[in-house]
Amino acid sequence: MTAGPDPEPADVVVIGAGVVGAAIARELSRYQLTVVLADAANDVGTGTTKANTAILHTGFDATPGSLESRLLRRGNALLTDYARRAGIPVERTGALLVAWTAEQKRALPSIKERAEKNGYGAVRQIPVAELYQREPHLGPGALAALEIPDESVICPWTTPLAYATEAVQAGVRLMLGTRVTGAQARGGPGGAQTGHVLLTTRGTLRARWVVNAAGLHSDRVDAMLGGDGGFTIRPRRGELVVFDKLARPLIGSILLPVPTAQSKGVLVAPTVYGNVLLGPTAQDIDDRGDTATTADGLASLTEAGRRIVPRLVDEEVTASYAGLRAATEHRDYQIRVDATRRYACAAGIRSTGLSASLGIAEHLAGLMDSAGLPLRPRNGSVAPPLMPYIGQAGTRPYQNAAMIAADPDYGRIVCHCERVTRGEIRDALASTVPPADLDGLRRRTRAQNGRCQGFYCAATVAALMAELPPGGPAAAAGQQVTAGNRA
Amino acid sequence: MNVDVLIVGAGPAGLAAAAELRRLGAGQVLVADREQQPGGVPRHSAHTGYGMRDLHRVLTGPAYARRYAAAAAAAGAEIRTGTTVTGWAGNGRATLTSSSGIETVSARAVLLATGCRERPRPARLVPGDRPAGVMTTGELQQRVYLHGERLPGRALVVGAEHVSFSAMVTLAHAGADVVALVTELPRQQSYAAFALGALARWRVPVWTSTVLRRVDGRDRLTAVDVADVRTGAVRRVECGTLVFTGDWIPDHELARAAGITIDPGTRGPEVDTSLETSARNVFAAGNLVHAAEIADVAALDGIHAARQIAAALRCREPAATPEAPDHASELAAHRVPLTAEPPLAWISPNAIRFATPADAAPVPPPRGRFLLRSQVFQHRAALEVRQGDRVLARQRARLIPGRPVHLDAAWLARVRPSDGPVLVALAYG
Repeated sequence: MTAGPDPEPADVVVIGAGVVGAAIARELSRYQLTVVLADAANDVGTGTTKANTAILHTGFDATPGSLESRLLRRGNALLTDYARRAGIPVERTGALLVAWTAEQKRALPSIKERAEKNGYGAVRQIPVAELYQREPHLGPGALAALEIPDESVICPWTTPLAYATEAVQAGVRLMLGTRVTGAQARGGPGGAQTGHVLLTTRGTLRARWVVNAAGLHSDRVDAMLGGDGGFTIRPRRGELVVFDKLARPLIGSILLPVPTAQSKGVLVAPTVYGNVLLGPTAQDIDDRGDTATTADGLASLTEAGRRIVPRLVDEEVTASYAGLRAATEHRDYQIRVDATRRYACAAGIRSTGLSASLGIAEHLAGLMDSAGLPLRPRNGSVAPPLMPYIGQAGTRPYQNAAMIAADPDYGRIVCHCERVTRGEIRDALASTVPPADLDGLRRRTRAQNGRCQGFYCAATVAALMAELPPGGPAAAAGQQVTAGNRA
Repeated sequence: MNVDVLIVGAGPAGLAAAAELRRLGAGQVLVADREQQPGGVPRHSAHTGYGMRDLHRVLTGPAYARRYAAAAAAAGAEIRTGTTVTGWAGNGRATLTSSSGIETVSARAVLLATGCRERPRPARLVPGDRPAGVMTTGELQQRVYLHGERLPGRALVVGAEHVSFSAMVTLAHAGADVVALVTELPRQQSYAAFALGALARWRVPVWTSTVLRRVDGRDRLTAVDVADVRTGAVRRVECGTLVFTGDWIPDHELARAAGITIDPGTRGPEVDTSLETSARNVFAAGNLVHAAEIADVAALDGIHAARQIAAALRCREPAATPEAPDHASELAAHRVPLTAEPPLAWISPNAIRFATPADAAPVPPPRGRFLLRSQVFQHRAALEVRQGDRVLARQRARLIPGRPVHLDAAWLARVRPSDGPVLVALAYG
């Protein structure tokens, strides 16, 4: 479908359907506004959002007084509650920040103080004996640790999908496969800017307001829209290694290093899918699409893993990948609203976007309201959608006798490593925001996300995707969801 | 549900064991398999050569799979497909999930026959992009033989074992232009005649001493970088399909979930010559304990395990305890550990079983021989079997990484139950 010029401009077009853009669209969908959420990719959450350490941060180590510190704290509280209601997998594992040298040990009290300045008072230094009692597989040589009991792990795939689902169900038009290639200002009487005309790969879009949540491309979008150009994206690549579920019993908590000025360092963390994650590296690169892993990166992670949890490297690696953080020359978030241009920008959200997303959305909507976008609540109740549960800690469909009794497809396991059933794949294909390809299906169900990487099920899953009716009510209507690459 | 024997996996080992257990009158036998059809890997392995050792005839993989499934069913075993053993429910009970629901099965004995899989690209830590078009032989065969997919364009095969040549044939069948087989080792590891024949017919070279350095392609695979391990010279090879072959990993997750001891060499459950694991009345057979052998060998394992299980059920108390592996002291009294020293990679089975702690004759291994793997090529190696200071046997063998080395078990009679572990090593000089 090619989008022609809209008869009526949208109140707001949000550019970028990552976790931040989707959260903003969801926030705006609660008001009497027409909203478009556009992304160049064929799915939500395919950029920085999909490849990160998947931690729901408390913000204990943020820079006190920064916008990031404030929005992380607010976002954490909002997302913790939202996740519970939407069925987004979260595990409150807590984190242990481990000092391996005398110098690192001396730094612990200042980290605790910083947490307190960030409004988080639950950090506690624990003696080394307690550390090894809690983490018996930790490598030798640790001297002390801080406990951060509220650090959690979260599903980075379900989160933006839940936001987008709620937004679409509330009337937001999701336009995937839609790259914005240019923009023109629309003027009214007296020369004041009254809106924008966006040129996209799927036609033009008119908008009264535009929100730039374009992540790795946000500086280019900012230039297109005549922003103040106060930041440049410098992608920081982080390589990550995911270990087999058999490694999961090796750790109890997220194991953090003492951060340095350059980087937060390499951590070892559980994932909500029951695996163990090791990473990330931090390398500044130029290419905004280069998510390749490197020999050096993988070797340095293996070495770090061997030091932190020696037995980890005896287990099989299930996946290795790289994500790009949208870093800028600034330490803090680049969030601003230009009332005269009717332009809002949420950029430079390096690595805390998942945790802060709902805080950022609430904050930005407030700024837009002050800048003249009227936020009048919509009539009727607002509730998050109940997302399919793909975590490991709770009960999955294959473990649920009542679900199988009601629908035998929930007993038909298709992906054996991750125990994904035919019923879950069918549901994903018929969901409000359906997947456009196998990778999208993987992020919604975990199919093919396991240790065999398709040795057993890839062909069956691909055949099932072709055989089952694509889309669902939303795609069948052909209006709300526009998945670009769907064949 | 109560059964006498629960068999996990309806591949050659599991099905052969089921038929044999029924023939021996071992009672009710249930075979559970998570796939929709019984037969295991041979189902999607269309080449011929199956059945020579066990059935004394030559069959294709699918025909072989059908034959064993029919034999097990005819013998009276119940085969449940589309049924996953998802875990252990305590006291020797297994949890089974299928479209008809969740069921707990109690068994007097359990046979784990879950097979093995190829090590996929991520587990090999090959750097680069993550494009489509990268797969294992298992995925390739299913896509081509079970789902009729075509794979035109240039293809590269990683590995030069038997299975690598099989992947090459499958690729050619699917319309691919196979550029080469790539191996880090200094030579190929398949049968010379097979390799030369295949290479002559399809004109595919084997690039030895060559390692994959990088995978390229943002969406679809476009090229890979390969390097000469001797010179370090890197070259770029354009291709749209990349198949990782061999480098087998036992599917041991269910065994580990039961707390069963894993052999560090084979990475499968540690088994003695009766194929019993560290858990009482839990046995393991097939490529779970020696990844990977041909189907015939797995089937003969299954028959061996079936006879041992039948004997155990006749003389032991009915108490299968997959979750309580702690009959260690009893086992220790009946077992002599068997280990292979580097550069040998592993030996299977991993211990010699004595029927009684005293002087009774040891249980011979399946097919009367032990299986070994080597990490190195050696044309005429001398294998030496020692217990303490005593040399029990010497045997010449040709060592090729990934290829089976057979060690005849005639020396078993000379093993003394109380003299400590038996070692197999290369004799020098």
